[in-house]
Order: sequence, then structure tokens, then C-alpha cells
Amino acid sequence: MVDASPPISERGISRRLVETLVALSLLGVAGLALWDSYGRGAGWDNGPENGFFPARVAWILVIAAIATLVSALRREESVFVTYSQLRLVAQVFVPLFLYVLAIAFVGIYVASALFMALFMVMLGSFRWWQTLLAVVLTPLIIFWVFELQFRVPLPKGPLETMLGY
Amino acid sequence: MDDLNQLLLGFQVALTWHNVLFMIVGVLLGIVVGVLPGLGGPNGVAILLPLTFGMDPTSAIILLSSIYWGALFGGAITSILFNIPGEAWSVATTFDGYPMAQQGRAGEALTAAFTASFIGALSGVILITFVAPLVAKFALRFGPAEFFGVFFLTFCSFIGTGRENKAKIVASLALGFLLAAVGLDTISGDLRLTFGSPELMKGFDFLVVVIGLFGVSEILLTIEEGLHFKGKRAAMDLAVVLRTWASLPRYWATLLRSSVVGMWMGVTPGGAIAASFMGYGLAKRFSRTPEAFGRGEVEGVLAPETAAHAAGTSALLPMLALGIPGSATAAVLLGGLMIWGLQPGPLLFIEKKEFVWGLIASMYLGNVAGLLIVLATVPVFAAIMRIPFALVAPIILVVCAIGAYTVESSRFDIWLMLVFGIVGYVFKKLDYPLAPLVLALVLGDRAEDAFRQALLGSGGDLSIFFSNGLVSTLMILALLLLFWGPLGQVRQLIARRIGLARAAPASP
Repeated sequence: MVDASPPISERGISRRLVETLVALSLLGVAGLALWDSYGRGAGWDNGPENGFFPARVAWILVIAAIATLVSALRREESVFVTYSQLRLVAQVFVPLFLYVLAIAFVGIYVASALFMALFMVMLGSFRWWQTLLAVVLTPLIIFWVFELQFRVPLPKGPLETMLGY
Repeated sequence: MDDLNQLLLGFQVALTWHNVLFMIVGVLLGIVVGVLPGLGGPNGVAILLPLTFGMDPTSAIILLSSIYWGALFGGAITSILFNIPGEAWSVATTFDGYPMAQQGRAGEALTAAFTASFIGALSGVILITFVAPLVAKFALRFGPAEFFGVFFLTFCSFIGTGRENKAKIVASLALGFLLAAVGLDTISGDLRLTFGSPELMKGFDFLVVVIGLFGVSEILLTIEEGLHFKGKRAAMDLAVVLRTWASLPRYWATLLRSSVVGMWMGVTPGGAIAASFMGYGLAKRFSRTPEAFGRGEVEGVLAPETAAHAAGTSALLPMLALGIPGSATAAVLLGGLMIWGLQPGPLLFIEKKEFVWGLIASMYLGNVAGLLIVLATVPVFAAIMRIPFALVAPIILVVCAIGAYTVESSRFDIWLMLVFGIVGYVFKKLDYPLAPLVLALVLGDRAEDAFRQALLGSGGDLSIFFSNGLVSTLMILALLLLFWGPLGQVRQLIARRIGLARAAPASP
């Protein structure tokens, strides 16, 4: 194919690629739903069987996904996200991922404190006492609001057990 | 007359001390939610919903709907001062609002925006007061087929009036329906689409999905734009407010026009965004000085704000009277009602009178309170935007994680939130609309039940959906809306062909 698209000012992930991937994932979801629904019965047995409705919705999704796929392949190429933007997004996403991972081990309070510290040091330009203040105060406020005021228990870890909660 | 008595009783419910307190707290929280990036109406309400499970439903819904009002007001602050629309429907507000702020008329623009919001919301509430009971009474005669007809109309009008690619709207709707089907099937008692995974047995909770789709994804999008906001300062004093108010009666036609457009677009769902643009467009077309628009014309702020808020408020009408929300936030509120054991829809008006009228009365009071609070506190909230993003973002994300966890006390839900955060980020960047997904997720089970019950009644015959005048009208209206766009294109095509055919002999 001749490259007829206008020059892209900043390099990044192709939008057409992402559009295609999303449309294919939607097709995959629809396929799973069809497989499950027809497996349990999507026809008529003294009334609609329980796969009846999902199967029909899944067929609609198949059509819609194919339509987006076709228009994605026909549209002009552009940038979905530039690499520099992606690096910024990753700077938020990776700590967030680690945070959710950490909740399982150390509970939400300690994990939140670590997450905020990591985030503020990595992305902000704060004085050390500002970071410390935010990192200590936020979990304490959350604890006061949720555990003490609304009596909603949040995930806890070894530190909280040590303190008797 | 009976309804007015009910409304007075409603005011007595809403005017108790603790309900007024909840209203003020709600409005303040709502403004914060509206101002901060990553927190908007839908997920602000979603995060706080679990906290209200222990409250009595009337106070809880007053608190949550006040957050909604606050968020509507707050969206205007960022649009005008920072040129960042807090919500999609405040996009049109930036066109003239930000230029006004650049010219040092921020106070005037903000006053105009808030007052316009108030007028729009008020017209929506008046519509609800008088029309909702009638709709509810009418809907009492609905059977499953009619209810499915209304659902169908809702979904079709999303597809027909949506500004996005139609295939993407359909895909978003269908995905929402499939997510709603995961878990226990209420009619047969079977597990569906769980693929043997115990975590999926309870299904996807819409609150978790909303927090991911609207909260986490918004942070990711905001970070992409860079980390700094550059805002204009707002000087608000009583003189500016009064002077702006004095000039408003001149624009009565714009306000009226936008209110009507907004009310219409709000009741037919998917409309608040379209309403704001339509309000703006109409004001420009009818203006004597259309060239002034986009350069700081007060009318350009008034028109979209009035229309957006009339639409945002009217979106609650179908939610209350039919159980069908007209916007993503209304869908979240509806989900809340169902969690409290209140089945929204026509029966609510009979069985829970004091609740319905308490809520409607609180809409009047909440908007009055909202207007006064927001006028008094603009400088404070504008200052919030100057807090470094590196501090605000992690706090928002922590709050999102806690919100996702508290819905069902499930750690798996925090992971789901993360996944839907990515889905939301990609979908937003690719212009897949998110509101249809949320709406289908909330309504999926009920739409399916109505569909199956209707088919059970008719023995599988699809003609049940055209069996009487009422359901036929609903279905035909729905199909008309669905094919409105394509029909228009066909009409244009034919007109062009005819035009060509006529032109051809004239120039041989």
C-alpha cells in the first residue's frame, strides 16, 4: 500500500490498530457469550430458555463489532496515543496496579499510604514534610470516616491486626 | 390538586433539619465532585452510594441527588475558569464562558451559568411535578410487552440521537446487556456466563463498573493532557451577581427556548449533551448578533447551561415514573433505589408517596441551596483546582478503590474496577459512548425479564409487541428513532438524485 496518510507529527500507537483490537475483543466477548448460551440452550422450551436473550444480544454485538471493524480499517490513520503520553499514563497506571496488588497483602490503609507516597514522589515536586503529612493523614481520615463513623470495615493487613483492629 | 397537597407534604419531609443538612453536605460534595477531574456525577454518586446503605432511603436519595445538583453546578466552574469541561454537557459552556473569563468577566459568566443552571433545573423539576404522576398513572396499565416497548424505545433513542458512530453505540449497549446477564438468572435460577469462576457468580455490579469507567479512566485521560491546569481568577461580589441578574430578563426568550429543548431532550434519553449543543446552536441562530458568539457572549453561556440542566433534571422523570433512567447518573440513582428495596416505576407513586414527593420537594430546595452555596463558594472551589494534581489524583484513586470495595466487601471488585478503568480509557479515546453501557447494565435484567414474560404470555409469538395500540405506538416510535439517521440520509440521497435529474436536462 502506498503511504498516503498525512505525516504524523509525533510517533505513537496507531489508532487503527487499537480500533481493530477492540473490535476483535468485542467479537471474542460475543463468541464466549454465544458458546455459553447455546451450550445451555438458547431456544424455546415451553418459554424462552435462559440463553435466549444473551444469545440474541451477542448476535447484535457480532454485527456491531464487524461494522466497527470495517469502518476502522477504512478510516484514515491517526495516532491513538503518543509514546510520551503513554509514558505519563503508565506512570499512573503502574503504581495503581501495584496498589491494588498490595491491598491483598498489607490491607488498604498501608497500601494507600505507600501508593500516595510513590505517586507524590514520582510525579509531584513536594517538600518532604508535605508528602509525609498527606501520606499519614489520608489513611487516618479514611479510617475515621469508614471504620469509626460509618462502621464499614475495609481490608486490613498485619499492621492493623498488630494494633488490635 | 391532590398532587400539590402531596408536594406540600413532601416539603415537610424535605425540610426537616437533618434532611436540609444532608442537602447542604450533598451540594458541597457535589461541587467538589464536579470540579475535580476524575470525579463526575455518575461515579461521584456511585462511590458514595455504599455509605448510604444504613440511612433511611429518603435522606439517602436527598443526599445523593444533591450531589447530582452540586456536580451540575461544579461543571460550570471548570468550564469557565479553566476551559476544561467537567462533564460532556459543559463543553458548549466553554465556547463563550472561557473567553469571558479571559476578558476579566469571569464573575459575570459564572453568575450567568449558575443562574441559567438553576432556571433549567427548575423548569425540569416543574415538569416532573406535574407530568411524572400522570405518566406513572398511565404506566400502571402497562404489561410486560409495554414495558419492553418502553425499554426498547429508550435504547433506540440512544442509538438514534447519539452523536457517535452508530455501530459503536450498539456495541456499547450490547456489551452492557451481556455484562448484566452474567451471574444468577432470576427466572430459571441457573448461572449464566460465569465459565465456572466463583468470582463471577454474583455478576458485575454496576457501581464497580461505573467507578472504573468514569473514575479511573478519567484520571488516566487527565494525566495524558499533562499535569497542570492554568486557570483564570474569579472575583465574585454581590454587585457583579446583582448586575448580572438584572440583565437576565433581556434574555427571556433564550432561557425559555433552552428550557423547552432541554426538557424534551432529557425525557427522551441520551439528551443532555445534545441538548446543550442544541441550546447553544438555537441561541446563535436566533441572535441578532450571531458573530459575537464564541467571543464572550453572555447568551452563549446561558443557552447551553439552561438546556443541559433542564435535560439533566428531566432525565429523572422517566426514572421515577417508569423506572427508566435518562442519563448515566440517573441510572446510578436508580440502582441505588433498587438496592434500598424501592422498585422505581409507576407503583412507587402509590406505595411510597412520601418518598417520591419528599424527593421532588428536595429537588426544589436542593437547587435553591445549590445556587446560593455555589455563588458564595466559587473562590474556594476554584482554589481546589490549584492543588497539585500529583496530590489530588492519588486521593481520588484511593477513594475509587474504597468505593469499589465497599459495594460488596469484595477485593475482586477492586481488580474489576482497574480493568474497567482501562476499558473506559480505551472506549473514551475511541469514541465508544459509555452511558449506553451503564444504562444497559442497570436495566439489562429488567428488560430481559419483560421480554421473556411477554414472549411467555404469547407463546413465543413476536406479534405480542404489536398486539394493541399502546405497545404498537411505542415500538413504531422506537423503530422510527432507530432508523432516523439512515432515513435522513436516504432522503438526502433521493433529494440529490432528483436534483441531479432535474439539473441534467437543463444543462445538456
